[in-house]
Amino acid sequence: MTRQMTGAKMVVQALKDQGVDTVFGYPGGAVLPVYDEIFQQNDIKHVLVRHEQAAIHAAEGYARSTGKPGVALVTSGPGATNAVTGLTDALLDSIPLVVFSGQVPTFMIGTDGFQEADTIGITRPCTKHNWLVKDTDKLSETIHQAFHVATSGRPGPVLIDLPKDVQFADGEYTPPAKAKVSHYQPRVKASIEEITDLVALIEKAERPVFYTGGGVINSGPGASQLLRELVDATGFPITSTLMGLGAYPASGKGWLGMLGMHGLYEANMAMHGCDLMINIGARFDDRITGRIQDFSPNSTKVHVDIDPSSINKIIRVDLPVIGDVGHVLEDVLKVWKSRGRKVADTSAWWEQIEEWRKVRCLTYKPSETVIKPQYALERLEALTKGMDRYVTTEVGQHQMWAAQFLNFEDPNRWMTSGGLGTMGYGFPASIGVQLAHPESLVINVAGEASWLMNMQEMGTAMQYRAPVKQFILNNERLGMVRQWQQLLHGERYSSSWSESLPDFVKLAEAFGAKGIQCSDPKDLDDAIMEMINYDGPVIFDCLVEKHENCFPMIPSGKAHNEMLLGDASVEGAIKSDGAVLV
Amino acid sequence: MSALRIQQGSTSHSAYDLRDYHAEVIEKHTLAVLVDNEAGVLARVIGLFSGRGYNIESLTVAEVNHQSHLSRITVVTTGTRDVIEQIKAQVGRIVPVHEVHDLTVEGPSIERELALFKVEGTGNNRIEALRLAEIFRANVVDSTLESFVFEMTGTSEKIDAFAELMRPLGLVETARTGVAALARGSHI
Repeated sequence: MTRQMTGAKMVVQALKDQGVDTVFGYPGGAVLPVYDEIFQQNDIKHVLVRHEQAAIHAAEGYARSTGKPGVALVTSGPGATNAVTGLTDALLDSIPLVVFSGQVPTFMIGTDGFQEADTIGITRPCTKHNWLVKDTDKLSETIHQAFHVATSGRPGPVLIDLPKDVQFADGEYTPPAKAKVSHYQPRVKASIEEITDLVALIEKAERPVFYTGGGVINSGPGASQLLRELVDATGFPITSTLMGLGAYPASGKGWLGMLGMHGLYEANMAMHGCDLMINIGARFDDRITGRIQDFSPNSTKVHVDIDPSSINKIIRVDLPVIGDVGHVLEDVLKVWKSRGRKVADTSAWWEQIEEWRKVRCLTYKPSETVIKPQYALERLEALTKGMDRYVTTEVGQHQMWAAQFLNFEDPNRWMTSGGLGTMGYGFPASIGVQLAHPESLVINVAGEASWLMNMQEMGTAMQYRAPVKQFILNNERLGMVRQWQQLLHGERYSSSWSESLPDFVKLAEAFGAKGIQCSDPKDLDDAIMEMINYDGPVIFDCLVEKHENCFPMIPSGKAHNEMLLGDASVEGAIKSDGAVLV
Repeated sequence: MSALRIQQGSTSHSAYDLRDYHAEVIEKHTLAVLVDNEAGVLARVIGLFSGRGYNIESLTVAEVNHQSHLSRITVVTTGTRDVIEQIKAQVGRIVPVHEVHDLTVEGPSIERELALFKVEGTGNNRIEALRLAEIFRANVVDSTLESFVFEMTGTSEKIDAFAELMRPLGLVETARTGVAALARGSHI
């Protein structure tokens, strides 16, 4: 059954057929026909952001917290260029997004028309794929294909560029079931040889460690369940990247905590000393590996990934397993069980891990007069534990502290900008999460500098009554930049102050939201409870210690077993060859 | 283990690839990439090479199957073994890419390039140029009293050699197509 309709109507119809309920966007001349169609229906809710970058981050928040693709709609030219940061963010974190951009009419393309930009050219390297649709008859099929590409294999953002005349013209609508099958069908099942080899390694490992990442989350809640089953049945320790937090519960008995540059001592030491490393859905990012030559020198390395280009990109592995995490875990469990659930004795390994745990690497110097950022997050964790809670973050020290001090029991509860490290991500992402989960508690752990980058979204939060809690750890510094300048650049704090900060309480009030300021540790619990209990957006200005550094830390160019544990150990820790790394 | 499985036909000279994976030797590989012939597909492939810092020694592209709108891109690239593997994996995940073949390791293959040379000169140089062209089986496709345009097909090495000989004889301009390549034998 095909139907004639305008391109603009097709966009809305295709979104409905793809099960989309929310679109984040901002109108402009080149997308007016689509906005006109959105106006005339009620199935799809359009959320008007205040800046296109925020539309993409909000769609990311929606996608990361639901597992469904996020959808955004922007206009041509500046609308599309403003979307670029968000698209790149989603690409690096493998977040499925379908973004529509308006374009000047086909007959004007290439004339430097008003609000014309080469959107396809600009977004080619920051999308998984993109399409310029020049023929309305092909539009609906392209949209269905876009959803397929965004969500299959390693997920990622895609963009469809819509010239205005294509939106106005009539064409034939093809429903998803009738659309032609794409040749793009990434392999999801690993070969039986790969699975059997992995099981054989599991059976004889004495010092194993699971190293998991965002791929487990992307594979869906089923994959997290299977991961839990495998980890608990084998009794192996597990660590996770920033992106993978929540796939295995922080309360689980195998849990070592996050690994990497600001990861836990026991997690990094286990990575360094293991004899079997099973990487599931992570990508040996440079924040994880430290110095490549000294990365886990004595281990057999297994890498489970759906993207073959991740294999041997950074770290050469002994056993690549190419497939979807969920499918692989299911097959591994099946084969491991059928072979008698064998594991070697790992008790000596666990004893070693317990020794490392005794270092208590997250210890910080408490204060009775100033709020330590770590203390603020400990209290936030304690007071929100067990609640139906979602957490987003901005980027910097607060993000690392949040990863260290907040505990996640389930996947899709922790939404942070990992790969790109986008300051300004967290606030719009929290709005996207909140609109997907209207009844839940959504907290954006922020630094004041990051938060200011997309503060205009207070308008969006108010308009849509999204009661997002902006928990700002305000140290009046670009904390992570300041920390690096202290460690690497002779304490010359070049441009890392937050000068001329607004009064956050008044700022909140100016938008009609609630502002809370807290500077005394004794008042913190009450203030946090006030934030949680307020029915509406809150800006929580938490004035914290200004010079706190984030530890543990693997300095640039160092190995996992060369972590810095506190301020005492930083003297001369980073050599000049490490300083060129970021 | 799977990673250590030795691929058959891994070089054109040996049935097995016994090279050290970690060797930092720069190799030259010819890749054949089958892609949907859609707007921008070449830009995607080239953008990947420039964006990730890979080399392109030569590149040719043309539609080879009108019914299914498939184009064949032949890329000659250089890099260490690890880099070449990365290039193949990265190219392979571009959505409109159907197949990536490394003709250098998948078995014997033929590579050909077409070149046009403009050689100016009179007297002995002119005669010598014509004699060498005959030896190299180059055709004269344009001629004036002071110049020839030679057309030649062959491997890149043969074309390089001919160009080298023509230089002292008055070579003023060269145009080359870049390498087109196919695997030998009946299989596809």
